[in-house]
Amino acid sequence: MGMNMKTKLRNYHAVCWDEPIIYELDRNGERAIIVPEVDKKIIESVGDGISSIPKSMRRKNLPQLPALSQPQVLRHYLHLSQENLGVDLNIDIGQGTCTMKYSPKINEQFANSEKITEMHPYQDESTSQGLLEIMYKTEQLFKEISGLDRFSLHPGGGAHGIYTISSIIQAYHKSRGEEGKRNEIITTIFSHPADAAAPRVKGYKIIIIYPDENGCPDIEALKKVVSEHTAALLITNPEDTGIYNSKIAEFTKIVHNFGGLCGYDQANANGLLGITRAKEANFDLSFFNLHKTFSSPHGCGGPGSGIVGVTNKLAKFLPVPVVSYDKGNNKYFLDYNSSDSIGKVKDFYGVIPVILKAYAWTMSLGAEGLREVSNVAVLNNNYTMKKILELRGVSMAFPEHKHRIEQVRYSWEKLAKETGINTENIQRRIFDFGTHYWTSHEPWLIPDPFTIEPSESYSKDDIDEFIAILGQIVKEAYEDPKKLKNAPYKSSVHHIDHDVFDDPSKWAITWRAYKKKYNGYFQPK
Amino acid sequence: MNLKKTVYPYIPNSEPQVQKEMLKEIGANSINELFSDIPEKLLLHKKMNLPKPFLSEYELKRHIESILSKNLTCKENISFLGAGCWQHYVPAVVDEVIHRSEFLTAYAGEPYEDHGRFQAGFEYASMMGDMLEMNVVSIPTYDWSQAASTSLRMSYRITGRDEVIVSKTINPNRLLVIKNYCNPNVNVVMLDFDPNSGLVDMNDLEKKISNKTAGVYVENPSYLGSIESNGAKLSEIIHKAGALFLVGVDPSSLGVLTPPINYGADIVCGDLQPLGIHMNYGGGVAGFIATRDEKEFVSEYPSRLFGIAPTENSEWGFGDVMWERTSFANRESSKEFVGTAAALWGIAAGVYLAVMGPEGMQELGKGIIQRSLYAQKEIAKIKGVKVPVLQSSNYCEFVVDFNNSGKTIKEINKTLLKKGIFGGKDLSKDFPQFGQSALYCVTEIHSKEDIDRLVFALKEVF
Repeated sequence: MGMNMKTKLRNYHAVCWDEPIIYELDRNGERAIIVPEVDKKIIESVGDGISSIPKSMRRKNLPQLPALSQPQVLRHYLHLSQENLGVDLNIDIGQGTCTMKYSPKINEQFANSEKITEMHPYQDESTSQGLLEIMYKTEQLFKEISGLDRFSLHPGGGAHGIYTISSIIQAYHKSRGEEGKRNEIITTIFSHPADAAAPRVKGYKIIIIYPDENGCPDIEALKKVVSEHTAALLITNPEDTGIYNSKIAEFTKIVHNFGGLCGYDQANANGLLGITRAKEANFDLSFFNLHKTFSSPHGCGGPGSGIVGVTNKLAKFLPVPVVSYDKGNNKYFLDYNSSDSIGKVKDFYGVIPVILKAYAWTMSLGAEGLREVSNVAVLNNNYTMKKILELRGVSMAFPEHKHRIEQVRYSWEKLAKETGINTENIQRRIFDFGTHYWTSHEPWLIPDPFTIEPSESYSKDDIDEFIAILGQIVKEAYEDPKKLKNAPYKSSVHHIDHDVFDDPSKWAITWRAYKKKYNGYFQPK
Repeated sequence: MNLKKTVYPYIPNSEPQVQKEMLKEIGANSINELFSDIPEKLLLHKKMNLPKPFLSEYELKRHIESILSKNLTCKENISFLGAGCWQHYVPAVVDEVIHRSEFLTAYAGEPYEDHGRFQAGFEYASMMGDMLEMNVVSIPTYDWSQAASTSLRMSYRITGRDEVIVSKTINPNRLLVIKNYCNPNVNVVMLDFDPNSGLVDMNDLEKKISNKTAGVYVENPSYLGSIESNGAKLSEIIHKAGALFLVGVDPSSLGVLTPPINYGADIVCGDLQPLGIHMNYGGGVAGFIATRDEKEFVSEYPSRLFGIAPTENSEWGFGDVMWERTSFANRESSKEFVGTAAALWGIAAGVYLAVMGPEGMQELGKGIIQRSLYAQKEIAKIKGVKVPVLQSSNYCEFVVDFNNSGKTIKEINKTLLKKGIFGGKDLSKDFPQFGQSALYCVTEIHSKEDIDRLVFALKEVF
């Protein structure tokens, strides 16, 4: 019998191949591919090639790579792929802040076309007009989506976008002779950790604002710390609690009054498309995650893209090149004409396949479609919230906010007190039902947290199934807490001993390190 | 006018009836009510001015393909471009694996439900570790430039010194990334090269290195293709000054070139793109960082490091090593920052190394050197063209001097383009000392006929 449609619970079991490490599959002498042979006439002309290398630079031994035939390599990796849950396979609403959504297959086809994969970045511009046009048009879309004036498509992820923003902020103040004086960045504790970490690389002192009793960043705290030393405010809105900070325009005004800039971390933009923008709240800079909000798949953690937008006054600081359009000659071109550019933050021009997928996705939806994305993401979230709060032992941070934008940070505080089961126990049990959830960024201001973001890709039935799983686990927590503590039971692996990961004598980050430290199965040498 | 609401294929709950049911459940009258926290003055009271969408998949396909058809690829032409992005053959198995939904659409789950992603990441690091003969390799960062920048910052933190020395023969775009990443804490000093050999100028190094030097960064092979022959000497000078020796390397060369650790490198970095990742107009790059397995090095990585661990049922388990280093755990007190970067390209590189195997990597490197030597030999026969320019051995790339041709690289490449050939990268801006010279790249994808065609075309240019 299949899934019980009444309880909405599946008798799931994860794929478990008990797959060896690829080195254990080594069959010395086997080949998975033949390298193209060198023409005899070339060999006659130049010899073996190796003797041209200075002796001290020649590799003495073959690398200790495993040798396998092609079907064995493929089978090994397909086993590993099956021991993995992606958006395409599960109701991936538990990974809050990550905007797990459907990545349309047609866009993968575009990105796998030789018309993009076999393009070299230094080809003559006359031969890359198609890609330059995609890049140019992507920028035009984002100008309207954000209300900002110019974009760099270079950054390779959200944290990289924040780093790029920090670099631009520094260049701006330097251009005004205030580099030394403006040495502080203000952010909030519920903004993404990179908002605090990336500007540190640029030498900034980081000042953190905590929420007030309503769960919004404390405006009085901001007033206390803002000064002529403030380089910028870097802030997420809504924050990871899903609460929209309704005073955001006052925040930007306060910082602007002191001569600081305001950078908008739009990692949480999925509930705001076509509803409110960086421009209306007077931000000077912002970034979007194309691998989150704009549907490019997450790829186990990249390739991603964190494109950065700025107002006109900051455009001259963007990394080079940007893509411009020569109307007279109807040509797109790489524009290096910027004397104040911060230089470069990334090789070449950005993560082109990701940019192409985001362009295609946006062009499949248009203005009304993007608005529908946000409408449904917010509808799904508020529906999910209603259902989750009906469960025993759960609460949410700052309940006075009746509605949330695209996600909610919940707490098992009550359940933990009543049953001894914490959010990590629940996290491990949820694997047994064919899905997963994430707890929260650190520090955990909200006790026993979990963060749920049901993006527009999930149906009402999907959400109901996820809630039913949580309901079952809550039931177990109250009736059979011991069972929860030993979970997971149906995962690809059982309880992992995490102690080895912080002990230099025990950790092994490569197989060669493992072989150096251990015999057999974790027998220390 | 069609008033029927659009139901979007990617948005199940765009269907009006289910929206009504859900609103009723929530206790709201409209979706707009859910946005009540957003002040009226911040709302965008108009429809965004975006182009009309292509609602059907077919129309979207027509639209995108019509734009992409304007591109001319390195497959339709013969390309001799490298300079940080190289055309190598990508085995079909590599694409097959990274196109799998389970890898493509996973993200940041736990080692229990994403066991495969952790194992694939660990195996990628392990196989790179064997190419490099180093025991610690990071999960990929954005690209080689980021990896080099982070390596330099690691040397700054490890030594407590705030000056780094960088060779002038590294990729000039990488230098821009490094300068921005080091600013303002770390001072970047440039190291000259010997104009005859293209190798590091040892006298200049001796002059510039001091007890302020945190690290010295060179690339081997260099941006200009030269193989550095003085590795051990470099290492001696650098270590004598108490600095760290940082080497950037093209991993496709490591089947034939000795790993930098063998001539004393402390931190090694580079790009994975040559290992089974399509060029993607420069969008297929991914950086790696490798070190010895010592706590003082491991604790300075900003990247994720996957470790292997026992489980209660004696399976192979995995997890994050020294999580507290990362910005996920420790925000502003972390080592630099980490986030979504290029993990899937790491899996691709792992599959590539598994497919190639030890002998495949050796044959690859050897074949590239042979083809590259042949190309140089044949081009040298053309009157008015000088090659080799640098008196040192080289891997994959080499400089061709066209100063005596009376033509600029721009003009030459324009003519070659008409013949279906993408000529080498113009060096006249980045390396003006070479005048009208170009950086040519030859890999295993070039047949003898391809090279002969280039030579024939070049002869016709003059």
